[in-house]
Amino acid sequence: MLHRNLEYQVHGSRRSYYGGNWASFSFSGLLSWLKEHQENSDIVNECPAWQEKIHENEEAIALSRTDKTIQHVEVFCYACQDLHEDVEEAGALQKNHASVTSVNCTEAADSACLPVEDESLRTTSCEIPAEQTPSSDPERALEVNDVQVTGEKENCCDDNTCVPSTAEKETSENVPVAEDTAEQPKKNRITYSQIIKEGRRFNIDLVSKLLYSRGLLIDLLIKSNVSRYAEFKNITRILAFREGRVKQVPCSRADVFNSKQLTMVEKRMLMKFLTFCMEYEEHPDEYKAYEEITFSEYLKTQKLTPNLQYFVLHSMAMTSETGSSTIDGLKATKNFLHSLGRYGNTPFLFPLYGQGELPQCFCRMCAVFGGIYCLRHSVQCLVVDKESGKCKAIIDQYGQRIISKHFLVEDSYLSENTCAHVQYRQISRAILITDRSVLKTDSDQQISILTVPAEEPGTFAVRVIELCSSTMTCMKGSYLVHLTCTSSKTAREDLEPVVQKLFTPYTETEIENEEIEKPRLLWGLYFNMRDSSDVNRNTYNDLPSNVYVCSGPDCALGNDNAVKQAEALFQQICPNEDFCPPPPNPEDIILDGDSLQPEASESSALPEASSETPKESSNLRNPEEPSK
Amino acid sequence: MPLPLSGVKTSEEQAEAKRLEREQKLKLYQAATQTVFQKRQAGELDESVLELTSQILGANPDFATLWNCRREVLQQLEMALALAELGFLESCLRVNPKSYGTWHHRCWLLSRLPEPNWARELELCARFLEVDERNFHCWDYRRFVAAQAAVPPAEELAFTDSLITRNFSNYSSWHYRSCLLPQLHPQPDSGPQGRLPEDVLLKELELVQNAFFTDPNDQSAWFYHRWLLGRADPQDALRCLHVSRDEACLTVSFSRPLLVGSGMETLLLMVDESPLAVEWRTPEGRNRPSHIWLCDLPATSLNDQLPQHTFRVIWTAGDAQKECVLLKGRQEGWCRDSATDEQLFRCELSVEKSTVLQSELESCKELQELEPENKWCLLTIILLMRALDPLQYEKETLQYFQTLKAVDPMRAAYLDDLRSKFLLENSVLKMEYAEVRVLHLGHKDLTVLCHLEQLLLVTHLDLSHNRLRALPPALAALRCLEVLQANDNAIESLDGVTNLPRLQELILCNNRLQQPAVLQPLTSCPRLTLLNLQGNPLCQAEGSSEHLAELLPSVSSILT
Repeated sequence: MLHRNLEYQVHGSRRSYYGGNWASFSFSGLLSWLKEHQENSDIVNECPAWQEKIHENEEAIALSRTDKTIQHVEVFCYACQDLHEDVEEAGALQKNHASVTSVNCTEAADSACLPVEDESLRTTSCEIPAEQTPSSDPERALEVNDVQVTGEKENCCDDNTCVPSTAEKETSENVPVAEDTAEQPKKNRITYSQIIKEGRRFNIDLVSKLLYSRGLLIDLLIKSNVSRYAEFKNITRILAFREGRVKQVPCSRADVFNSKQLTMVEKRMLMKFLTFCMEYEEHPDEYKAYEEITFSEYLKTQKLTPNLQYFVLHSMAMTSETGSSTIDGLKATKNFLHSLGRYGNTPFLFPLYGQGELPQCFCRMCAVFGGIYCLRHSVQCLVVDKESGKCKAIIDQYGQRIISKHFLVEDSYLSENTCAHVQYRQISRAILITDRSVLKTDSDQQISILTVPAEEPGTFAVRVIELCSSTMTCMKGSYLVHLTCTSSKTAREDLEPVVQKLFTPYTETEIENEEIEKPRLLWGLYFNMRDSSDVNRNTYNDLPSNVYVCSGPDCALGNDNAVKQAEALFQQICPNEDFCPPPPNPEDIILDGDSLQPEASESSALPEASSETPKESSNLRNPEEPSK
Repeated sequence: MPLPLSGVKTSEEQAEAKRLEREQKLKLYQAATQTVFQKRQAGELDESVLELTSQILGANPDFATLWNCRREVLQQLEMALALAELGFLESCLRVNPKSYGTWHHRCWLLSRLPEPNWARELELCARFLEVDERNFHCWDYRRFVAAQAAVPPAEELAFTDSLITRNFSNYSSWHYRSCLLPQLHPQPDSGPQGRLPEDVLLKELELVQNAFFTDPNDQSAWFYHRWLLGRADPQDALRCLHVSRDEACLTVSFSRPLLVGSGMETLLLMVDESPLAVEWRTPEGRNRPSHIWLCDLPATSLNDQLPQHTFRVIWTAGDAQKECVLLKGRQEGWCRDSATDEQLFRCELSVEKSTVLQSELESCKELQELEPENKWCLLTIILLMRALDPLQYEKETLQYFQTLKAVDPMRAAYLDDLRSKFLLENSVLKMEYAEVRVLHLGHKDLTVLCHLEQLLLVTHLDLSHNRLRALPPALAALRCLEVLQANDNAIESLDGVTNLPRLQELILCNNRLQQPAVLQPLTSCPRLTLLNLQGNPLCQAEGSSEHLAELLPSVSSILT
């Protein structure tokens, strides 16, 4: 989230991938990430003695050697592991992804597991020309592409200059694209080796979030024009889990109109209440008397059947019986409704290839305007000038000093000393691969969000997001399911009850009665992720004032927190600059050397994410206001 | 690879570049337009005109004259370029999907292509409607295409389904359904046209109920609902025939206004089974469509020699006729339908089965409980009650009118008029049952007088204590009227009190008659003997009685 459109920056990372815990992986990439965190071995710090590089008038703040943000990793495989040990990922090649082409190759994983640390950023005080150009087209449209994308994702890591581009090209050409559709096994029988084989066709996120259609992130993507690097799909349905069954929640006007499960009177009640929520601030006398009670109690006072109360409470406000006050509930419901209808019948968008694409999109925009990235450059320490008390440089594992005025560090890089007084919350996560949707409909390409309320006090509601294969997060015929909640215990303890309610482990024996059968689990992963989102900067020990800390992902569904944080940090570093300004129009850019055609260089440097043919993508400028 | 950029143009530079660009564009545009007009005048309709017009229309597809130009060229070139034209039109539609000229040109083109690809055209419509499902230009074009390609109505109905599912606020889509459903379910020849079989009707009613329960403020659904419950126009008929010996006049009342005369409708009059040529006219003497037509009868047709005379009027176009008898020694004779209410007034709503209406009424009342202030719901309840039983529901209807007026004050006058209309209908219905010629319409808050053609035989009419502002021209239809009371109204004009052959007493106390001149129409009422004008402003004027006496010399008693 923090790779921003700031000119002349250096981004360093100890990792071999972008985005820290915001990252997404191919299946094999995820497996090696797993291995890294499961082994949890403190790898010996083999770096040269950076202490020697510290001068007399300087002090060093050591950074953390390992990533401690991921814990309690547990993996389960239910799919048929047809014992072909040598199964290989199609088109895989040993390259930037930390390790491995094959699961069994532990050596590779180890060697790729680079010891140390840091991500930092360097800004110079140069004039930033991009800031001077006003946007000529403030309301830029996002591309929402609802056409199923079938092709290989091209150049999934093309920011990374260490990948020999020829090799990349060759391998993607070698992928037998047609093969998988022809060999589609009947009855969704997917084997583990198939998942491995298809692993490079989809991306799996570590975090599970969605974009509110009118959230801060969408606004930022549009404003900064970073949206051109990404494609999105609308979440197609909102689900609820009630009385042991999964039901679709009618939330848009069209949903309510089409719903078969609501009575006529319920339709009116729901629409009336939702209309009120949209403008509740203008009718204070309608809720003022209920400010002291919870939202759930308030809903009972309204003309709503229990069914409708449940929908509003859990699926729209996404809160719990005790979780929020009347005002908070109304605010959350309004927020949900406010995003509805901008790009479709639900309030949410999901980026193709996963949420992990978004940090990369910002990186790409940054790179186009001169940002420099140093992956696998682990920063060993911050160098603090004794006299001024300010950080003046960093030292990487080669002993190289990089000087800057500002240093931006993610919380996970800070050492235990620095974080001695910090209290972290945890996020419980599960990632599942299943063979069918939790709610079957005519179309198998549904993207759904389902909230399962907490059953006992002290636990939290579980958010379930089910992604279909056209989101490019799982192979054809399967679904990728993310479960997320605030931790009360380990991820498995928190989430397994919900998994058991919704899914059943894959078994070889065919159960014939398909209608009542739950989706079957092919593969599953549990882990806890540290939530550093609301750590006060003052609780870190002894940080120089020009070292800025950003948090890892939070537990919320949207991305507002990250955007707010990024903007706040940006304003601290560059007080008078516009945050993520739109890039200049290609024709307004004056390039070095006359011979260079702006159009040509633009098209080679900025591959358009949107498809060329207008019929495939709808450019929705004002979709909510079709004019007559 | 980062951009090798060394700078960005300033906003002034950008603005200047834009200005120059626009100036250049304008120059080109004007030059091209001029050239096209010159070539057209010179008759040089060649491909260069196509090229030039395509440049202009590509930027501004609403230049109708240029489309005409293109059509002329294409005709000249015998459509050789028609296929390229299709692609060009699509690019113009992308510039403006609601351009009349472009859609029209496409219609023109498609109907001239030797082998039009209709499937592709349907696909094009689907695409444009996906972007904006309420683009009525595109709907029009789709109906054209569907008709040309003979697309089965069921398929088109399914298409409207899919669009209504996405957004039911879509007049075009509902309207298309109302065209398609009667095609899909044609009634047997004898039955009334435009009605749907009950199972289809119930399904549609459910669909439309979903819409107005979801959003009761959306008008499109309510209008469709009204169409569903409405019915075809009543059959043409002669309602009433009246012969008066005294006035030597025959009067006919029709089920709808018509215009009799040369080149219009023809009426045949048979007196004692032999045709009689007569001059037809309207009671108020204006040559306009009217419910009432009358003619003078020659003395021979009325003489007392025979025991009776029969009069038969045949309305050829309406395929209807009626006969009445004037007996010897009687002053008048008439024949009037003892018509049922259903035929008499064309209700907005009415279906074969009252059970359907009854259940619609119940769900509307349910909705009204949730939405007490929804005007569409209230109005629909009123219409349903009228269709079910206007007399039984009269009281309730009036209460609903009161609520409706309170929630929709902008339409108060419309609602008053509608209410007046319904009350008058009810009065006529009651009269129908009683076969009387005296009608009391006092104290009803009437603001307008409707259905006066139904009162052809009324001799005594009391309109006192209402809110009438005029006695309208249609009042001239009351050919038998002898006494008219209209005290305590706000009457300013008496245009309708004209040519009333039997009017003797006219009581107009406490109204707003300002000038003696407004009494001018009364001069055409030969038998008027009593006129009461007390409480009108005109009485205040000096010398008003003299003035009136002068104006109306035959009225023996004028009270001021």
